[in-house]
Amino acid sequence: MSKKIIGVTIGLLLPGAVLFAQSKAISTNNWLMNPGIIGTLILIAIILAVSIIILSYRLNAYIQGLKKKQSSKERLAFSEELIALEASEIDEILAHRKKALAYKLSGAELGSDRKAVDDKGLITKVSNDPENPLFDEKKKTAISLETPDDLKKVIIYYLGAAVFWLVFGTLIGQYLGMKFVWPEMDSISWLSFGRLRPVHTNTVFWGWASMAMIGLGYFVITRTSNTAIHSYKQAWQAWFLINFSVALGNILLMAGINNGGGEYREYIWPVTLLFAIGLVITFRNFYRTVAQRKISEIYISNWFILASLLWTIVLVIIAYLPNFQNGLGETVIQGYYMHQGVGMWFMTFTLGLVYYFLPASLNKPIYSYSLGVLAFWTQMLFYTMIGTHHFVFSPLPWWLQTVAIVFSVGMFIPVTAGTTNFLMTMRGSWSQISKSYVLPFFLVGVIFYFVGSSQGSLQAFRFTNYVWHFTDFNVAHSHMTMYGIITFLLWACIYFMLPKLTGKEPPQALVGAHFWLAFIGLFAYMISMMAGGTLKGLSWIEGNAFLESVILMRPFWIWRAIGGSLMFLSHLIFAYNFFFMIKKEQVVEIPARRLQSVNV
Amino acid sequence: MFNFHKDHKNLVNTALSGFVFLSIIVAVLPAYQLQDVEPLPKQPELTEEALKGLNVFISEGCVACHTQQVRNIEMDKIWGARPSIPSDYYYSKQRLDVWRQSPSLLGSERTGPDLTNIGKRQPGQQWHLLHLYNPRSVVSVSIMPAYPWLFEEKDTISIREDDIIVPVGPNFYNKAGKKIVAKEEALQLVAYLQSLKQPEIQGEIPIDFIPAAKKKREKGNAEQASNSLPDGQQLYMQTCSACHQENGQGLVGAFPPLAGSAVVQDENPELLIKIILQGYDARSEYAQMPPFADQLTDAEIAAIANHERSSWGNDAPPISEEEVKKIRAFVTQLN
Repeated sequence: MSKKIIGVTIGLLLPGAVLFAQSKAISTNNWLMNPGIIGTLILIAIILAVSIIILSYRLNAYIQGLKKKQSSKERLAFSEELIALEASEIDEILAHRKKALAYKLSGAELGSDRKAVDDKGLITKVSNDPENPLFDEKKKTAISLETPDDLKKVIIYYLGAAVFWLVFGTLIGQYLGMKFVWPEMDSISWLSFGRLRPVHTNTVFWGWASMAMIGLGYFVITRTSNTAIHSYKQAWQAWFLINFSVALGNILLMAGINNGGGEYREYIWPVTLLFAIGLVITFRNFYRTVAQRKISEIYISNWFILASLLWTIVLVIIAYLPNFQNGLGETVIQGYYMHQGVGMWFMTFTLGLVYYFLPASLNKPIYSYSLGVLAFWTQMLFYTMIGTHHFVFSPLPWWLQTVAIVFSVGMFIPVTAGTTNFLMTMRGSWSQISKSYVLPFFLVGVIFYFVGSSQGSLQAFRFTNYVWHFTDFNVAHSHMTMYGIITFLLWACIYFMLPKLTGKEPPQALVGAHFWLAFIGLFAYMISMMAGGTLKGLSWIEGNAFLESVILMRPFWIWRAIGGSLMFLSHLIFAYNFFFMIKKEQVVEIPARRLQSVNV
Repeated sequence: MFNFHKDHKNLVNTALSGFVFLSIIVAVLPAYQLQDVEPLPKQPELTEEALKGLNVFISEGCVACHTQQVRNIEMDKIWGARPSIPSDYYYSKQRLDVWRQSPSLLGSERTGPDLTNIGKRQPGQQWHLLHLYNPRSVVSVSIMPAYPWLFEEKDTISIREDDIIVPVGPNFYNKAGKKIVAKEEALQLVAYLQSLKQPEIQGEIPIDFIPAAKKKREKGNAEQASNSLPDGQQLYMQTCSACHQENGQGLVGAFPPLAGSAVVQDENPELLIKIILQGYDARSEYAQMPPFADQLTDAEIAAIANHERSSWGNDAPPISEEEVKKIRAFVTQLN
């Protein structure tokens, strides 16, 4: 009994002891056995497992096809049996068969000689070769939703701008990735690495993700409030302001005019001011719409969406106020801002979207409303406090770093609450994954939500920071979250909503191509940067010359560029799918001659 | 009381005030307090030229790849003599102008080396100019972008007296009758880089590096085998290879080769050690070499010299720490 107690006590103390030991002397002898690194490896394994599950669904379909072949073999065996029969036996069977063949239907056995007509529009597709489809047929979208034309136009324009910025922003990203492999690609000042890097990040942040989120937000806000949007005019004003600020900001960045190099606040204040006004207008518009709602409850999605707009406005103000930005004050604000930009704006808003779109696409309610509320308040509490974990071991005050690390661990609460909620909502509907082209995007997004966020928490530990900070591992983390979580979830929402608005579905094979290229590309990107980043960190710890870490990264940078190319390719396909969905319906005239041949 | 589910005003107000409250505690107040620092006693102010260079540094986005913070962990020891402290940034992290705020110099990514001490590590103007014109002309495996727009091509005849010519090697620039001349921006940027020297602190250093456990043990072993010198190849790679190159071939027109050099292979190592300690500027066809007496210990100099004397086909007898010590004593006496 007492042994047990001692054992438990040691068990409880050990992780603590490990943590305390780290602050004194850091040993890299057993770096593979470090909790932060083990945790990260497990998280990567989770993603691999999920992709294997999706793949196994596909394989299953393929095996079913093989089984059919088996049955045809059995038929062959049967005919061989026939050959072995006696002549008299065969005669008897044939006579019987002849009689059967001579039998003719009068044409009126079922009591009707009417033509077969599909009066209720139940048949959507006629296939000539149902036995051998190249891809599994996905379920078609259910009835389209009645949406006012004005709102439809607003949403499509927001999403259209987002798609443009996605393609543009990732083209830049791809170009930057190639510069790591071929630094001499160009020597034009406007295209040099230092100036173009913020163009990539700011475009995908404020252009792609922000525009897509707000566009989808207009749909969610109106539907869950059961009312029309407060003002269409304001929606257009915000559209112009945000797009203009991204375009102007990018041109200035390329011209060498930036705010001071702090990540994600490279736009100078007049440019960001335009963006902030766009946010204020959007917030007012959303808030008024919720205030006029026709149902008494405020749906949880609207909590997240309204709060994220509000928080981001505060965030931008704090980030640009000059009163506390000299010396290391700027560094504190930088850590706070770059983390909250992701956490309070992209994460919070996108979660709000998922709380609506995920249950809607499964056609059932969210698993737990209260869990959503818990996730909301803990998101605010924990996320706000952790910015300084970008500056562990820096000259910033030790207490600030410790607060950031402790609250980073606290992030497990909102993340676990959210993930559980989403997965439990999906539970019982797993078989729909292979039948839907929307759900795989949701599943990957939700899994990355858990993996990416938890990995971020683990990376805040002092040991993992020791190995990974300043290396390419950070780049892997930011793509895991902004791409794996935000972008995949936004795609899921768009593929679910847009066909219902326009009544046009994208070609399924192309949605599949989009999904797999993006997923495999991201995986190659992530793994190469993680592996390379770890080796780089270990090389620094060994005290090797800095140049050696540049040389050792070369193969990983090549793999990153390959992964990036796949991702970019998938965006081109996505852009095509998007235009396919919003293309105006064309009346197809079938020539009379063709019609006749169909009748025959 | 708080009926968040039905009262949108309440919900929005609570979310707003909660966030503002937390933000003030964790960001605004600490930031405000951290502005209140003073410069170190011996810390020089940025010259006007260097300040202009800082503007070029920011506008080209150098902070995307170069940090300027020595963390308090042992692996960062190669970037500075002590961990960075808030005072270090007193002059450099001020608001730039109406449009632009205090620059984010600490950085978050070390794709290139940390620059806290670059002015000490690479003091020569010529090296910096060559490196900016095309980094691969001095560091063959570098992936840093080239900055040719900070330079201009000039006809040899129209070059003025005060123009600074950059001795770019023929592999990187080869046009008859023309030379590469540094523009004002390049000179300002180099002035800024040269000004980056970690200020010294008198007396006790307020914070020390957190040691790596493994290194500690190795030190113990090293003390047992007392005579062994540090790793000369590693030191050479860190200190010398930026100019003399990894293969000891140097660069034509900028840095002399060490492979096959008579000075390096001389039986008597006196001149070699003197050059390392005091620097060298005797040959007009090459750039000036900075002195390393303050940066390298006797043992380190001996290790580097031995590496140079035994690599790339060089074959000269090794030298000991004692010899270096003697020559250092002699040189200091002269001064």
